Amino acid sequence: VCFTLGGLDCSISFISHVLGKVCIHGRQKEILSVLVPHLTELTQSDCIWQRMCWRLVECVPERWMEAVLLGFVQRAPGADVLSRLLGNLVVKNKKAQFVLTQKMLLLQYGHKTAVLQNLLGYLSLDPLRRPFLIQVLQELLETWGSSSAVKHSPPEQQQYISKAILICLSHLKESEIESCRQELLTSMMEGVKCHLDSNLPHIRRLGMIVAESISLKINTDGPVLKFQYEEDDETRELKSLLVQTTPCCAVPSLPDEEEDEKAAGQPSVSDGDRRSQTAAPVVPAGESDSELDSDDDLIPYDMSEDKELQAKAPLYLRDCIEVLTGCEDVDKWEATVKALESLIRRNPATTREVSVELAKILLHLEEKTCTEGFAELRQRAQVAVLTTDPIPVAQYLTSQFYSLNYSLRQRVDILDVLVLAAQELSCPKSHGKTKHSVTSKPGIQLLPGSDSSKDWRRIVDERIKSKTRRIATGQTQVELASGPNEFNSVAGHFFFPLIQHFDRPLTTFDLLGEDHFVLGRLVHTLAVLMYLAVNTVAVTAMGKALLEFVWTLRFHTDCYVRQGLLSCVSSLLLSVPAERLLEDMTEELLEAQAWLGDVVEKDPDGDCRRLALHNLLLMENLKKKLQIVPS
Amino acid sequence: MALPPPDPQFVLRGTSAAVHTLHFSCGGQEPDVPVLFSGSESGLIHVWNLKTCRVDTVLDGHERNSVYCVETMGSKDRLLSQGRDQRICLWDLAEGRTSVIDSVFTENVGFCRCSLLKVAQGHWLMAMASKALEEVQVLELPSKTSVCTLKPEVGAKLGMPMCLKLWQLSCGSQPLLLAGYEDGSVVLWNLSMGKALSQLVCHQEPVMSLDFDSEKTKGISGSSEKVLSIWSLNEQQNLQVYKTHKLVNAGISDTAIRPDKKILATAGWDHRIRIFGWKKMKPLAVLDYHTATVHCVSFSDHNQPSERLLAAGSKDHRISIWSIYTQT
Repeated sequence: VCFTLGGLDCSISFISHVLGKVCIHGRQKEILSVLVPHLTELTQSDCIWQRMCWRLVECVPERWMEAVLLGFVQRAPGADVLSRLLGNLVVKNKKAQFVLTQKMLLLQYGHKTAVLQNLLGYLSLDPLRRPFLIQVLQELLETWGSSSAVKHSPPEQQQYISKAILICLSHLKESEIESCRQELLTSMMEGVKCHLDSNLPHIRRLGMIVAESISLKINTDGPVLKFQYEEDDETRELKSLLVQTTPCCAVPSLPDEEEDEKAAGQPSVSDGDRRSQTAAPVVPAGESDSELDSDDDLIPYDMSEDKELQAKAPLYLRDCIEVLTGCEDVDKWEATVKALESLIRRNPATTREVSVELAKILLHLEEKTCTEGFAELRQRAQVAVLTTDPIPVAQYLTSQFYSLNYSLRQRVDILDVLVLAAQELSCPKSHGKTKHSVTSKPGIQLLPGSDSSKDWRRIVDERIKSKTRRIATGQTQVELASGPNEFNSVAGHFFFPLIQHFDRPLTTFDLLGEDHFVLGRLVHTLAVLMYLAVNTVAVTAMGKALLEFVWTLRFHTDCYVRQGLLSCVSSLLLSVPAERLLEDMTEELLEAQAWLGDVVEKDPDGDCRRLALHNLLLMENLKKKLQIVPS
Repeated sequence: MALPPPDPQFVLRGTSAAVHTLHFSCGGQEPDVPVLFSGSESGLIHVWNLKTCRVDTVLDGHERNSVYCVETMGSKDRLLSQGRDQRICLWDLAEGRTSVIDSVFTENVGFCRCSLLKVAQGHWLMAMASKALEEVQVLELPSKTSVCTLKPEVGAKLGMPMCLKLWQLSCGSQPLLLAGYEDGSVVLWNLSMGKALSQLVCHQEPVMSLDFDSEKTKGISGSSEKVLSIWSLNEQQNLQVYKTHKLVNAGISDTAIRPDKKILATAGWDHRIRIFGWKKMKPLAVLDYHTATVHCVSFSDHNQPSERLLAAGSKDHRISIWSIYTQT
């Protein structure tokens, strides 16, 4: 396609039609890959070509405008080029305005960051178009701050909107920020609240980064909002969007950050430095060598015993209890906390006598000194108590889970401890050894303190992998030492009390209401307990109860809870023996199958869809397995 | 192969309370008995006979308030004791008497031990922490007249004075005062002008004790942290850090340099007494006898070097006497 420079009254509308028709048929890439570079070159310095290009795009009929525009925005190598190519199209053409300011930002979310940069840069480059930038920012913030959007829209869309907001912020000038400072502040506060309320760490982090960026922009002097989160490539990428390399950037953000840090720094440290400067420099030690050294006459004694002093921990369990409940000596307290787990494990008989008391003390134990790994030490001691005397301690812990006046941390602790103890009990112990090797199940390891949702997924995946492939090549693994499954006798005690009272709200604890975070963790815990209950006697009863539980909660709005519910279904499909499943739970399973199919198609969260698909596959395998066996 | 550290020569028991301060008086000629004074938390001062290792006399002058400083003034018949009842008592112990002949009401509720310096025959200077928070007062004894009050400048934020040492370069020259404060700094004061000559930040934590070698104009300070700080005074009367020595465990309650300036001893919160060579801070021994914090260490003033002793008083109610490095 080439244009002749000459004729004054050329009508370009024919070309526009052709362009539009080609684009709408999906051939944007081919035609624009040739057209756009040409036009970029031609319009670089020549105004006439620019005008012709504008005319070209303006004349594209309405119904094909979107396709053409999309293509241009995607293909343009930069915002300034896009500006040259499109001119003030967004002002003149209603359809273009809709596509560029609404559709591409709010209704679509598949575009790359470069495309967003092009689009928003284009809006910012011309004073006629800048009002659109502000309008776009306001609408984006409205979406970002709406709690229903945060709950229901897919995480990819939320990330897209966050990126768009950051890029808009980077383009704003001081004066513009001044004029809409109050609105920015209000939307930031609302948005931060919804984001921090979410159970998914990814969403929380997005909220934190955007809120920090907005705060940085509106408070150029004085303290800015600063959250604590883990930095990784994603956060660095997002933060880099705040800084524009083009000169139209309003306020450079990085020097401000440094100044803020210096201002907040400790004045006492610098004072201390100044004071030591007044003392004259250190006298070199060499000058005393000239004197006759009579120190050599003094022979040192053996000082190898001179080691760091360590407080001694008590040797008896009841002494430990005394120290933990009343002792003022913090060194002794710290030494006791460190020694507790091994003492519990070495004295099972004594532990059984005081198990519930110990469990109570440990549940309420607060950190007194700055001990490293305190939470882990406490958790290990709790697990030790629970495994040594499972039934009474499990009864105590599960009853406390539903009691008044516990913090969320304590309730979640109870759940974690139950899971870790269950895992330890269900693993075969090698005879004669007191140390339990937790890695006896290859590849599946519950690390205390790590994010449980990742582990459940890994566990389910591993189990599915091991079940759906038949590799029968004989003994490839060393036979592990076997012992009785200690979880068998106590599985019910761990499981049923947890599932009993979930729908009864207390004044400070409402699982079905505000405390959906704990509900999510509870559901995941039940999934693991179910999984570990394989080969126990109570597994069928547990499976039935669990399926009923899942059924009541299946439409929960929080996606972390839904993921947990789907893991529960996986666990029960894997643990309950197939015959029992098909005999006792046929109707429920069929209903569940229908529900799972629905989830696969309609759930906004990618992980939920994937888990539902796994479950459907497991059900299929189940049917096939039973069809193979002649009934 | 280094020898294991020696055991104490003997251990004095019988104070029934934590021992906070010790002072030897062994310089007398025969038939004078070498004596050790100890002040304890029960408010009693025990006079130990070092020949028999038994208590000769018990002095009760502070009404059950802990005694944290004892010093002799010239001979063992004149004793000065400081207690938590905010009083400094002067005792006359000659010919078997045990009476308080004078006392100074300090109005200070801290723990700062006073410091004595003989300036002329029968005339002493005593530096003590006074009523106001950061002040040190110097009195002339026995007249109890105030020589000067040393106030840090406004805004210096030194905190309480924690330990004091009066010294003079040679007999008859100007007396000076070294004071360690709560903020970790050591200040050199000129008494006649009442002004600070130099200030040095030695520690990040309060200075617990200090001692000074006036011959070499070098001093040492210990704190509640793990570092010992050695500093010196140059010709312009400025303090500067000479060296620091890192310890295994934190906390030093007392430091003492032996009168012959060869070794020094530190009393640690980790129950151990450490001996260092004074010239180069070479660690020489770690004496691990006590079972609780060692509160004080003191060297004896025997005329015969071979008889010299080191005493340490601890919270475990015992006083350990050591004979160490006496050959030089």
